[in-house]
Amino acid sequence: MSIVLLWTDIMVWALVISLLIWGWVVSRSVQIKKQWHTIFKSSIAMVSAMVLLFYLFFALLDSIHLRFPIHSAGVQNQKVQYEGDIVSPLDLIFSHNIESTERTYSAPFSTHEYAKSIVVDENGVTKQAYLPLKYVSQSDDLVLKSFAALVVGLIISCFLIVLHIFWRAGGHFMERFRQTWQGKTHLPWRTAYLTITLLIMTFTWLYMLSFHYHVLGTDKVGGDVLYQSFKSIRTGVLIGVLTTLIMLPVAILLGVSAGLFGGWVDDMIQYLYTTLSSIPGVLLIAAGVLVMQVMIDTHPHWFETTLERSDLRLLFLIMILGITSWTGLCRMLRAETLKISQMEFVTAAKAFGVGKFTIIRRHIVPNLMHIILISVVLDFSGLVLAEAVLSYVGVGVDPTMYSWGNMINQARLEMARDPMVWWSLFSAFVFMFILVLAANLLSDRVQTVLDPRNRV
Amino acid sequence: MSSILSVENLSLKVQKEELLKSVSFEIKKGEIFALVGESGSGKSLTSLAIMRLLPDAIFVSSGDIKLKNRSLFILPESQMQKVRGKSIAMIFQEPMSALNPVMTVGKQVAEVIEIHLGLKKEALKAKVVSLFTEVGIKEPEERYHWYPHQLSGGQKQRVMIAIALACEPDLLIADEPTTALDVTIQADILKLLKKIRAQRDLSILFITHDMAVVSQMADRVAVMRHGEILEQAACKTFFDNPQHPYSKSLLKEALGGKESREVPKRTEKLLTVKDLKVYFPIKKGFFQRTVGHVKAVDGVTFSIPKGRTLALVGESGSGKSTIGQAILSLVPITSGTVKFEDLDLSGLNQRALKPYRQKMQVVFQDPFSALDPRMTIGEIIREGMVSLESGGKEKALQDEVIKELLLKVELKPEYVHRYPHEFSGGQRQRIGIARALAVEPELIICDEPTSALDVSVRAQVLQLLKKLQQESGVSYLFITHDLSIVPVVADEVAVMKEGRIVEQGYVMDIMKDPKHEYTRKLLESAPKLPKEIKR
Repeated sequence: MSIVLLWTDIMVWALVISLLIWGWVVSRSVQIKKQWHTIFKSSIAMVSAMVLLFYLFFALLDSIHLRFPIHSAGVQNQKVQYEGDIVSPLDLIFSHNIESTERTYSAPFSTHEYAKSIVVDENGVTKQAYLPLKYVSQSDDLVLKSFAALVVGLIISCFLIVLHIFWRAGGHFMERFRQTWQGKTHLPWRTAYLTITLLIMTFTWLYMLSFHYHVLGTDKVGGDVLYQSFKSIRTGVLIGVLTTLIMLPVAILLGVSAGLFGGWVDDMIQYLYTTLSSIPGVLLIAAGVLVMQVMIDTHPHWFETTLERSDLRLLFLIMILGITSWTGLCRMLRAETLKISQMEFVTAAKAFGVGKFTIIRRHIVPNLMHIILISVVLDFSGLVLAEAVLSYVGVGVDPTMYSWGNMINQARLEMARDPMVWWSLFSAFVFMFILVLAANLLSDRVQTVLDPRNRV
Repeated sequence: MSSILSVENLSLKVQKEELLKSVSFEIKKGEIFALVGESGSGKSLTSLAIMRLLPDAIFVSSGDIKLKNRSLFILPESQMQKVRGKSIAMIFQEPMSALNPVMTVGKQVAEVIEIHLGLKKEALKAKVVSLFTEVGIKEPEERYHWYPHQLSGGQKQRVMIAIALACEPDLLIADEPTTALDVTIQADILKLLKKIRAQRDLSILFITHDMAVVSQMADRVAVMRHGEILEQAACKTFFDNPQHPYSKSLLKEALGGKESREVPKRTEKLLTVKDLKVYFPIKKGFFQRTVGHVKAVDGVTFSIPKGRTLALVGESGSGKSTIGQAILSLVPITSGTVKFEDLDLSGLNQRALKPYRQKMQVVFQDPFSALDPRMTIGEIIREGMVSLESGGKEKALQDEVIKELLLKVELKPEYVHRYPHEFSGGQRQRIGIARALAVEPELIICDEPTSALDVSVRAQVLQLLKKLQQESGVSYLFITHDLSIVPVVADEVAVMKEGRIVEQGYVMDIMKDPKHEYTRKLLESAPKLPKEIKR
C-alpha cells in the first residue's frame, strides 16, 4: 500500500495545517479569542459551523489517496505492481456501493429498475417487465433496519458528546453535564450536540441502509447516487477553499501595495484589475480550461491514472477561478489601506523609523483582517455554486470527476422525461444547499461581529 | 418676560441607567441660555429630548418639557413635526455633514420654507435671498446656486443658521455651533447669532464646553455634569462668584494656571529651521504628471532652544502641521534646511536618519486614531524601542522601561496588556505621550495634542507635558490653533498664515503687544473670560 499525493491533496492538507497553526496563534490573543467567542455565542453560527465541519470531515477523508499492490502469488523480488485505481478512505467506506453497480436508473429504495426492459421468459415469450435490481435486499423490513441504524447513530453521537464534555470539564464532569443539559454554558454547546447527533444519525441511517438499498437511487449507468453525492463534497469544498487560498495572497499583496505606495504602483495595479474585471469571467475560464484540456490530451504519458488527470484539471480550474476573482477583494483592500495609511498610528510608526514592510505586517494587515475574513467566507459559497454552473456549461471539472455540477449536468436531460428522473438532481441540490446555507449563515454572523461599523 | 421653554424635572433612562437626573430650567423670550459641560454630561441629550429626537433605547422616566405652556410629550408625532423647524430650530456642530452635498444651498433653504410656510417660486426665492443677506452671506443671489462643497466652513454654518431661521422659530438650539470652526470665523458666527437675537427677539439654547464663549454670549448659564445641573445663574453672577466647586474648577482650568514664565536666557539651539519650503505637487492624468504645486509651507525660519517650547499658532490650512511632518522627514522638503543641533537632516536618507528619529518624536491630535486598535498598550510603547534600539535589547528590560513610562504619565503599570479602546481620550493621549517618551527624545512635536480633549482633561495633559519638560529637559514644538493655551505652555510663539510666519517672538511680548495685523485679529477673535476673574 502506498500513499499517492495529488496536487490538491497537498494543498488541502497544507491549508488544514496552516489553519491549525493560525488557530493556535489566535488562541493566544485575548481580543481575537473574545471575538470568536462572540461569533459562536449565536446558536445559528454554532449549527453552521458543525455542518461545515461535517462536510470538511468528508472532504478530508476523501483527500487521502491510496494505491494497493496487486498480490500476485509466487512471484517474489519483483517490482511491486499496483492496481490501476487510486482509492481514498471514503471509497473504502463505500466500497459496497462501488461494486453494486446496477444496469440503469432506479428510484430511491426501489427494488426494481425504473424502466421496463424486454425479457424472454422460460416459456420463450418475449415481454416487457421491470427487472429486479441485483444488489437490493428483497425482504421487507425497512422499518426495522431504519430503527437499528438510528440507534447505532445515537450511540455513536452520545459517545462522542460524552467524550467532548469530559474533555471540556477537566474533572467536574457531572456539573458540566448538567450545565450543558440546561443550556447554561457560555457557548451554545447543547445546540452543537443536537446538530451533531442529528447529522450522525442521518448519516448512519443513509449508510447502513445503503447495504440493502440504493438509498438515493442510481444514475443512468447504474452508479449509486449516495456515493456520488458524498464524493462530490470534496470537489465542492476544495473549489471553495483552495480558490480563496490562491486568491488571497494576490489580493492582499496587490491591494496593500496599491494603497500604501501610491503613485505608479497604484496606477499599474488599478489598470491591471480594471482590465481583468472587464473581461467576462466565463469567457476567461472557458479559454483557460480549453487550453489546459489540449495540453492534457497531448501529453497522456504525464498521468498514470485518470484520477491524476482529472485532479490536474481541478487544480487548473481552481487557479483560473482564483485569478478571475481576486479583483473585488483587491479593490476593497486598496481603499481600506488608503484609509489606514493616513491614520496617525502609521505616521507614528514612520516617525520611529519602522520599515515599510514591518508597517504592513504589524499595522496594516491586522487592521484589514476583518475584511479579508468576511470576504473569504462570503466567497466560499459563491465558488461552490460557480463550480456547478461551470460544469453545467461544460468548462468545469473533468467529466469523470464526481461533482454536483456534473451530477446536475447529467441529470438535466432526464428532467424532461416522463416519469421524471429527479433523484440525481435532488441529491446534488440538497447536498449543495446545506453546505451553501451553512456557509452563508456563518458568514452573516462573522460579518456582524467583525465589521467595526456594526458596533453599537 | 414670558417663558418660551421650560424643562421640568426631566429624567432620562436607558434600561436601568439614569442619563439625566431631574433637569429643570427655563428659557425666557429673547434670552441666550447656555448649557455648559464636558462631553458625556448630557447637554446634547437634553437638546434631543426637547426636539423629541431621542434614540429608541432611551426613554423619559419622568418630567415634562413645555413650549409656551404646551407640553411637548403629549403631542402626536404629526404635530411634533410642525413644532420642529417651525417653533424650534437646531444648528449643529458639523456644518459639513449637516448639509446635503448634492443639493444647492439655496434649494435646501427653500425646501424648508416651502414645507412650513408654503411659499412658491419668486416669493420663495426672494425669501431665501433675504435670509442669506440677514446671515451675512455675500452675493446671496449667486450663492443660491452653489453646492455645499464650494462654500467654506463658516459660510456653511451661516447657511445652516439661515435654514434654522427660515420659519421664524421661537427657540434656536445651537449645539456647539462653533467648535469645528477657526477662531476668527467663530468670532463672526457668534457676533451673527447675537445680532439675530437682538433683531428677532429670539431665544437661544446655546450648548458648549467653552467657558470663554459662554461669558461672551450667554445671559444665563447652567453647568451640567453626569446628567445633573449643578449650578444655574445669571451670566455675570456666575463668572463673578461661582458657587459649586466643579464650576470653580472649570473656570480655573479654562484660564489655565496663569503663571508667567520668566523670559528665558539664551540657550543652545536644538533645532534650527531655515527657509523651509514644502510644496505638494498636484498630479493629474496618465502616470501622474505634475501639473502644479500647493504651497503648504512657503519659506519658514525659526529655531527651538534646548529645554524650551515654541508654539506654532495658526488656523486650519496654515501649514503648521506640515512643518511638523517636514521636520520628521515624513513629507519631502522642497527646499530649505532643517538642522538638528549641527547636522542638516534635509538631505539624509531613511537609514542615515534613523539615529535622529530617536531624538525627535511626535504626539498627535486625535487620541483615537493615534493608537493601533489591534495592539496592546505594551506593544504600542515597545514598537519604537525595538525599532530604534533604545531602552535595552532584552524584553524584560524593556518591560521595566514600559512600566516606568506608564507611571511617569500617571497611568497604572497593569494597563500594559489592555487595548486602546478600553481607555478614555485623555488616557489615550497619555499613552501617546508615553510612546513618544519611550525612545528618550530631545524634541517632541505636539500636533494639537489637546484639541480633541475636554477642558479639565486638557489642563491635566498640559500639566503633564510641563512636568515632563522640567524633569527631562525635553523641548517641545507645540502646534495649536488655540491661543488661550499658548501662555500656559510656550516660551516663544510663531504665528502662521498661509504657509508663512507673520510674527514671532516671546509669548509675553506677542500676547501683550502684537505687531502684525493678523495676530491682532486672532487675539481679538479669541473668546475671552471676563477681566475680573483673571486675578
